[in-house]
Parts: sequence; C-alpha cells; structure tokens
Amino acid sequence: MNWQPVILWTDGLIWLLVGVVALTLWRKSPHGQLHEASVRLRQMPVAMTTGLVLFLFVAIALLDSLHYRAALPAHPGVGRQYSVEVTSVLDEILQPLLKYKEKTYSAPLAKHLYVKQNVTLPDGKIVRIYPLLRIDDIRRQTGSNDIAHRAGRGVLFGISFAVLVAACAASWLMMRRQCGIAELVRQLLAMDNRLPWRSMLLTVALLGTLTAVLAELAGAFHVLGTDKIGQDVLYETLKSIRTGVLIGTLTTLIMLPFAVLLGVSAGYFGGWVDDVIQYLYTTLNAIPSVLLIAAAVLIMQVYIEMHPAMFDSAASRTDFRLLFLCIILGVTSWTGLCRVLRGETLKLRELEYVQAARAFGVSDWRMMLRHILPNLYHLILISVVMDFSGLVLAEAVLSYLGVGVDPAMQSWGNMINAARLEMAREPIVWWPLAAAFSLMFVLVLAANLFADSVHDAFDPRGRQR
Amino acid sequence: MIHYLGRRFLYALPILFGVNLLTFLLFFIVNTPDDMARMHLGTKHVSAAAIARWKTAHGYDKPLFYHPQAHGSDKLTDTVFFDKSLRMFVLDFGQSDDGRNISHEIETRAGPSLEIALPVFVLGLLTNISFALLLVLFRGTHLDRFGVMLAVALMSISGLFYIIAGQYLVAKLWRLVPISGYVNGLDSWRFVVLPIAVSIIAGIGGGSRWYRSIFLEEMGKDYVRTARAKGLSEWRILFRHVLQNGLIPILTGAVVVLPLLFMGSLLTESFFGIPGLGSYIIDAIQAQDFAIVRAMVFIGSALYIVGLSLTDIAYSWADPRVRLS
Repeated sequence: MNWQPVILWTDGLIWLLVGVVALTLWRKSPHGQLHEASVRLRQMPVAMTTGLVLFLFVAIALLDSLHYRAALPAHPGVGRQYSVEVTSVLDEILQPLLKYKEKTYSAPLAKHLYVKQNVTLPDGKIVRIYPLLRIDDIRRQTGSNDIAHRAGRGVLFGISFAVLVAACAASWLMMRRQCGIAELVRQLLAMDNRLPWRSMLLTVALLGTLTAVLAELAGAFHVLGTDKIGQDVLYETLKSIRTGVLIGTLTTLIMLPFAVLLGVSAGYFGGWVDDVIQYLYTTLNAIPSVLLIAAAVLIMQVYIEMHPAMFDSAASRTDFRLLFLCIILGVTSWTGLCRVLRGETLKLRELEYVQAARAFGVSDWRMMLRHILPNLYHLILISVVMDFSGLVLAEAVLSYLGVGVDPAMQSWGNMINAARLEMAREPIVWWPLAAAFSLMFVLVLAANLFADSVHDAFDPRGRQR
Repeated sequence: MIHYLGRRFLYALPILFGVNLLTFLLFFIVNTPDDMARMHLGTKHVSAAAIARWKTAHGYDKPLFYHPQAHGSDKLTDTVFFDKSLRMFVLDFGQSDDGRNISHEIETRAGPSLEIALPVFVLGLLTNISFALLLVLFRGTHLDRFGVMLAVALMSISGLFYIIAGQYLVAKLWRLVPISGYVNGLDSWRFVVLPIAVSIIAGIGGGSRWYRSIFLEEMGKDYVRTARAKGLSEWRILFRHVLQNGLIPILTGAVVVLPLLFMGSLLTESFFGIPGLGSYIIDAIQAQDFAIVRAMVFIGSALYIVGLSLTDIAYSWADPRVRLS
C-alpha cells in the first residue's frame, strides 16, 4: 500500500453521521405522518433544488474528510516511510490548483502578478515590472488558450453532462412508469405530484456547467486569483467548505443527545427532575453565549499549549480544536431545542394513548422511546435544519474574534480575518474576501431556503395556514 | 408586584450562583493558576519563583475553596473562590491583569456602547416593523414574494460583510464619515452614525421576516374576520387591530434584550474602534485577561435575568389575561 489512512476525530464523527442518516433513510419509516411530510417535501421545487446544492457542498466536505498520508519515495534499506503531511482525497482531486504556486497576490484570471517585483532579464539587467505568473507557462506551452475558448469548452462539457443525466433519468423514469417518451414528456410538463424533475434537471445542468467551466479555466488560470503567499484562492475556498459543513452538522450531532434526553425526561417525569433540568438550562442561557464560547476556547488553548505531547501532528491539533469548538457550540445551543421538547412532552404525556399505555404497565423507558419520541421527530428535524445556517455564519464571526477554528485551518472566517488588512491596501485586494463571502452566501442561502421548506412540510401547524 | 419582584430576585440568586460556579470551574479548575501564570510569563524557561510572584501579585496564591490554616470564618473567605467570584455579588470586580480597576472601566465604557446600541434597538425595531407591515399589506402578491426572498437573502449574508462593505463604501470610497475611532461629547455622532446604519441594515432580513409571520398569524384570527364582516377597510384592520395585537409579542420579545444592550456589540465596536464594552471584551479575550472575561460573564448573566423579569412584567402590562402570581 502506498498510502496510510488517517482517521481524524472529526472524520470519524462525520462518517458516523452519514452512516446513521443512510441507515434511517434505508429503513422504511413506519411512521405515517413523517412519511407524508417527506413526500410533501419531495414535491417542493425549492426544497429539491436547494437540496441538490447542499448535497454538492456536503459531498465536497465528505471528500475532504477522507484523510491519508502518502508514502515517501522508497530508499533501499529503509522500511516504507509515510509523509508527515496529512492530505485528503479532495487535495488529490484539486492537485492541478496546487501545482503552480505564485510569489504573492494576483488578481482573478490575471496573467501578471499584482505587485511589482525586481526581475533579472536574460541580458543581466534588473527591471521593476509586474512579472508573468508561473501558471502562464501552460499557456505558452499549449498555445491558443484564451479565456473565452476555455470557458466555451467548459459550457459544452456542462451541457453534454446535463443531456447525459437527463437521458439517464428519462430512461429510468420510462422504465418505472412503463410509458413511452412522448407520454413521459407530457407527464413532466403537466407537473404531476411527483418529484419536480424539471427544476432538478435545471439545477444539475447549472451546477455541472459551472463546475466544468471552473475546471477548464483552472487549467491555465488562477480563477479566483491568489492570496498573499501565492496560494490559489479557489483551492482555499473549496477547502473551507469542510470546516463550515462540519461545524454545522457535528454541533447538532453533539447537542442532540443532551437536548433530547434532558428535554423528554424533564417533560415526562416532572417534579424535581424538571426543576433541576430547568435550572440547568436557565443558568446556561444566562451566560452570554459568545462569552461562554470565548472563555471555553481560551481555556482549551491553554490546555493545548500545556500538553503538546498529546497531539502528534499539526493536523490532529487543528482537528482537536475544531472538534472542541463543535462541542462548545453544542453545549451552548442545546437549551433552545430542550425547552421545545420539554413543552411538547408535557402535552403528549396527558394524551389518552399515553395514559392507556401507562395503564398497561409499560415501563417509563419504553414509554419515552416508543410513544413519546416518535412524536417529537418532526420538531427535532426542523430544529437541526434551522440551526445549520446559523452555525455556518457563527464560525466566521468566532474565527474573526480569534476564538474560532485554528488560524492554520482553512475556513471562511480565517479568510475574512486576513482580508481586513488586504482591504486597507492600495490598490485593494478584494478577491479572497469576495470568494469567501460568496461561497458562504450560497451555502447559507441554500440552507435557509431548504430549512423553510422542511419547516413547511413537517410542521403540522404551518400546513393549516 | 413588590411580592413578585422579591420572589424573582430570590429565584435569580441560585442562577447567578450557578453561573459563578461554572465560570469559576472553567477558569480555575480546568486551568490552575499555575497554568495562567505560565501563560502570561511565557511557556518556557519560567522559574517557580517567578510563578509564585505572579500569583501573589494577582491574588491567586490562596487555596481555591477551603483554607485549612486560617481561623474561624476566614477558612472559607480567605480563598480564591471568595475573593474572585463571590465578591462580584457586591459588584466588586477587582483589577484587570494590567492593574486597572474593572468597575471604573465598565463605567466609562458603558456610554459609547449605549450610544450605538440604543439607536440600533429603537430604529431597528421601527424599520423592521414597517417592512413587515408593508409585506403583510401586499400579502399574496409578487411584491410580498419578492420581499420575503429579499429578506431570506439578506439574512443569509454574514454580518461581517455588512460591516466591511459599509466601511469600504461609505468611509473609504465616499469619505462621508471617518473609518473608525471615537471622540467624547457631541461631536461623536460622526463616528457612530455608520455603525448604527450598518447594524440596522444587517438586522432587517431576519427581523422583518419574523415580524411578518407574527402579523400573518394575527391576520388569521377570529377578530380579524369579525372586523372584516363589519365592513372595515383592510387598511384600518391592519393598522388598528392587527398592529396593536401583533405588537404584544414583538415588544415583549424585545424587552429581553433591553438590559443586554448595555453590553454593546462585539463585532461593530471592534471594527469601528468604539471604546465600548463590546470592544473591551474582545480586547480581554485577545489579551487572555481572565479577570475581565469573568466580570463580563457575571454582568451579562445578571442583565439577562433582569431582562427575563422585565419580560414577565411587560406581558402582564400589555395583556390583561396574564397575571403575576
């Protein structure tokens, strides 16, 4: 094997989450109401298009969560050695972006550096000019490679990809619905109560074209420019996706057990259990959350500095910090859901079917698990989806304040933080900031729209309006 | 009312004590004072004597909870927990790591914080309510759908973007106001007008969407149908009936944050260089000054509890069906 797998803590957790979600989706839900709601969700064009966008982001994050250490070139007499650097599958895919590292800033799609430098000409004279970028070598080697040409080829690729997907989907649908092509087109245009194929295909086409154009252009340009140390900004923003998605998902994974267990038992048992749990969440709520997060992160920083032996590599240290941030965000954010679940359990406890079950002598544990919890699923789902976008935005703010993820980790917050100085330059360097903000905007907007759809589909009160 | 307030106060004490204990555990048990000393003196090549000196100078050289050598009640009072944590109940916050009196700093910094937070609160509330009313008035039309989409888009933009974009456009490109800074006195308006505007714009998306849903919920109630049956105009229904009833949840919801305005806004103050409490916290976080962070956590939670009590009072005042008992 010429590579050695590395499983970071957050990698393990995110794949565990994927496994759990896959298992729940695979097992057919026995619960009637939830099934109806998910059917409703599947018929919403907004939900399905934003779902596809979110899927793309999550897929990138997952690819970036498969880490390994590559083998070093073999030396005779020495056993197999592995590189200290931990890389991910995404790094491997984005290899072309890393090949040409510039000296410093360069604007998006530029041919020259953004800063004047001393260059020695072949005849030994030193001049101060904007030097050509290293990536320009490709163009000089391959000849006719202007922007329009490459972009056009990308659009062509994208469209053919979309046609291919459409053809596959159509033949699959024809097989399933047992009808001819004409009948299928008629059905799709009539917008019957099934998956919104039209909007989904359009989204796939758009995303595919965008990816193809970016990939084509990235072959000979730094599409989004380079940053201070000459690193490709497109690479950095794509790597930042993992941080954002992980914080949005792992935090809820950590917070859910607390919220569900405490909320349900507070509502179900009442009495002193309820008092203790209420005291607990009022106390935690009383502390301004930014301050609690800041305090906890400060303390963790001290802890890491005092125990350097615990972390064998830089990757594991930044990973520990990310995990810790998720835990802290989880600890500060479980109170909201806990309160909602407590209130709903209080209501459910008094319903007749629960009374009947109690009369049959069903144990407390079984009661909560079988009779109360299934009726809370929709609330849990809505809250998880609603929290996601807020957490992604919070990461940027916390990293800016210096209490977020590790400064060495690629994240939108760190990019924005660095951009403060770049905005003060003359002429200004705007592209890292613009890249970070726009990708974050797309992710958060998609998450918000998706959350709205989930809310509409799953909340029984929202439907009546 | 007096009775209620007294009970509320007694209820607040265990919560404040819990907050206190939690922060104490975070700051002194997870990290011992020795760790803190090493943090400040540099992690390497620190002699034990230097650490002891730092601890004595900052008052961390006592036992944490219980002092066995002391006499009488001093066994409990001559400890770090009493000195650093319980003293806060009488608003004695001690000194920051650079030797300044924290209470005095808080007094001088509260003014600039309020100068931004209060206008943002009042004007923001007015703007959001007006936008929400506009959307409700045109509900079901394209204007409504466009407005909701715009609100979702606005709330999907990072708060940092509003600040950076506002600073760049208004202060750097158009040179209308200074980029950052602050002066005391009447002339300070030039420095606070941009932060106020930026904060209001940043809040429009989320706020107006939320208020719109509150108003829409009111619109579906029986009294609106009755008003329509009586033949009242849509305009009159919205501004006389729905607005008044919708304001109850909006205003009572806003009361919770009223005391917390005092704490200022961390981001805005730090970006615009306003010497308020928000930037005080950020500076303390960046300088790892635990004494200030502890004091601000305590004040913040005390204000939150005040806010909760105010909400209850506001409810009973706005809605006669709610009684304080």
